[in-house]
Amino acid sequence: MTDTATRQDGPGPVLRLQDLHVHYEVRTGQGFGQVPLKAVDGVDLQIRPGECLGLVGESGCGKSSLAQAVMGLVPATSGVIELDGRTDWDRSAATRLARARTVQMVFQDPFSSLNPRQSIATSLGGPLRLHGVTNRSERADRVAEMLRKVGLNPDAARRYPHEFSGGQRQRICIARALIVDPKLVVCDEPVSALDVSIRAQIINLLLQLKDELGVALLMISHDLGVVEHMSDRIAVMYLGRIVEEGAWNAIFSDPAHPYTRTLISAIPDPERADIGHERLRGEAPSALAPPPGCAFHPRCTQAFAPCREGAVPAFTRLAEDHRARCHLLTKDTESR
Amino acid sequence: MSGTEKMTERTEDVLRIENLQIALRSEHGDDPAIEALNLSIGRGEVVGLVGESGCGKSLTALAVAGLLRDPMHVTGGRILLGGEDIAHLPNRSMRSLRGNRIAMIFQEPMTALNPLMTIGDQIGEMFVLHRGMSAGAARKAAIAALDQVQVPSAARRIREYPHQLSGGMRQRVMIAIALACDPELLIADEPTTALDVTIQAEILDLILDLCRERHTAVLMISHDLGLVARICRRVAVMYAGHLIEEQAAGQIFATPQHPYTRGLVGALPRLGRRLVEGQQPLTEIPGVVPAIGDFGTGCRFAPRCPSAMARCREAVPRTTQLPQGGRIRCFLHD
Repeated sequence: MTDTATRQDGPGPVLRLQDLHVHYEVRTGQGFGQVPLKAVDGVDLQIRPGECLGLVGESGCGKSSLAQAVMGLVPATSGVIELDGRTDWDRSAATRLARARTVQMVFQDPFSSLNPRQSIATSLGGPLRLHGVTNRSERADRVAEMLRKVGLNPDAARRYPHEFSGGQRQRICIARALIVDPKLVVCDEPVSALDVSIRAQIINLLLQLKDELGVALLMISHDLGVVEHMSDRIAVMYLGRIVEEGAWNAIFSDPAHPYTRTLISAIPDPERADIGHERLRGEAPSALAPPPGCAFHPRCTQAFAPCREGAVPAFTRLAEDHRARCHLLTKDTESR
Repeated sequence: MSGTEKMTERTEDVLRIENLQIALRSEHGDDPAIEALNLSIGRGEVVGLVGESGCGKSLTALAVAGLLRDPMHVTGGRILLGGEDIAHLPNRSMRSLRGNRIAMIFQEPMTALNPLMTIGDQIGEMFVLHRGMSAGAARKAAIAALDQVQVPSAARRIREYPHQLSGGMRQRVMIAIALACDPELLIADEPTTALDVTIQAEILDLILDLCRERHTAVLMISHDLGLVARICRRVAVMYAGHLIEEQAAGQIFATPQHPYTRGLVGALPRLGRRLVEGQQPLTEIPGVVPAIGDFGTGCRFAPRCPSAMARCREAVPRTTQLPQGGRIRCFLHD
């Protein structure tokens, strides 16, 4: 499976995933055997420098496993993870450091992702020291500069996480991720633990930093409103596979996969009451026993025979930068 | 205080909260948390209560359900359920109301269900406690209740334990328990926040359909103004323990009047807006919600308000009627 959705000129992608699989061995509770849980099951994806890719899907679709594989926090079962042109990511200390310089992460819960016993200066200066900034005053300068960039007073360096609100802590987490100048920041639901008014602050900050520093973002979220607002391109994930991928405006104005359409119509917006009634039936099946054919067919209102019996649908290219995996798309072209 | 409000001119108010005061007991006396809260819900009406964490929306819900625990306590006002004041009922009487005439659905169905009881027993318990049914009859009623919340193969499912169910299924079980005794008032406290968007829509539809059939009054508590405005008839917005604005749902999103509500609406990334206007920064509300005890003397939103005037910092504005219907607590409208 080597279809690449995007061909680019100029600099290569900061992230290129090729046929990535992340499987976990899981005890089922029946007998002693283990079965593979295919959290990520053959994903091809690219992120260009300075681009924000929104990755959406329901819980259990594999989006966090994908993020962790990119970070090297879980081993990839097979496939290629190319970061900044490099693919030989082993577990040696030097390689892990190099990887951490390339890609950093911002987590969902800013309360549990900062060490409560470390001052902000230590939390932010630690990565700098690890990455070879040995001069103490240079570290302090860069910490102060970074804090200013994320909209905090440089005095914050002397304080501890409990002295900050949720929104401020998330700013600190963003500062910690950006301080080593990574090419890519993986943001796993960075605003879903925050209140609405604070959420807007963090979204604005991430977009501003993206423009200012030219860092690429992998924005993982189940909130399509946030993803629409932030992303340059969007990938929709369902049970371990990307089912649709394209430019943000193509995904929202012309969604091709029935799953994407139901996701969009599920967003509560009182001014768009007209689109609200495409409902999904049932819940996502277990990734332990994915349905045959198209994994979405049990919930799909338009499923026909090939969806249930045929193969996993291959990608259909809909535009230069828009592709989707759905049997309905090939049905259309055949009957035309 | 403008007690005669246009919006409460209904004959039967299921719930009527009058001038409710809730305070936090501390070593130097009571710190007021919620002050002068007025809200009423008619039969079959769905009313939304919106605000950020710490605004007092869940405290209000707990007070109505008689679940406030020390150090929070009701220091004044009345909570009328069908005309009867329940704000100071003893625990024993409250217990016979809860689950029977007032029911609650909580955010996290995993912690709200008892992990050691089958879901059949948990639903059936309602019928045994409040309807005096026998175990056998309660079992049959539990199957019927589970059927009503569209859990497939209910007769088999009642033998299962909460951990065997998905999040959406658990929330359906919670709804079955809540509606088992046909309550007059259902309090739904962030009922879908822990669920996926796709399941969220389904669960909301289910709650609303069942309550419409039974003419149950619903108090829908949420931080999500978009969601609440879509499903409720009226929406009330709280900030730091004050109800600051109430309007018909259609209006509050289109023409928010209070600077805080306007901020909330502007802070939401709105579907379709980027296609028209390009990627504009979202409206930020600077600062954070003040903690109980730090409310100051003036309007509680004044420190974060873009249009604050000198008097906003000196006195708390009173609640006034809006010309288009609804009410507001803001000096800009006084």
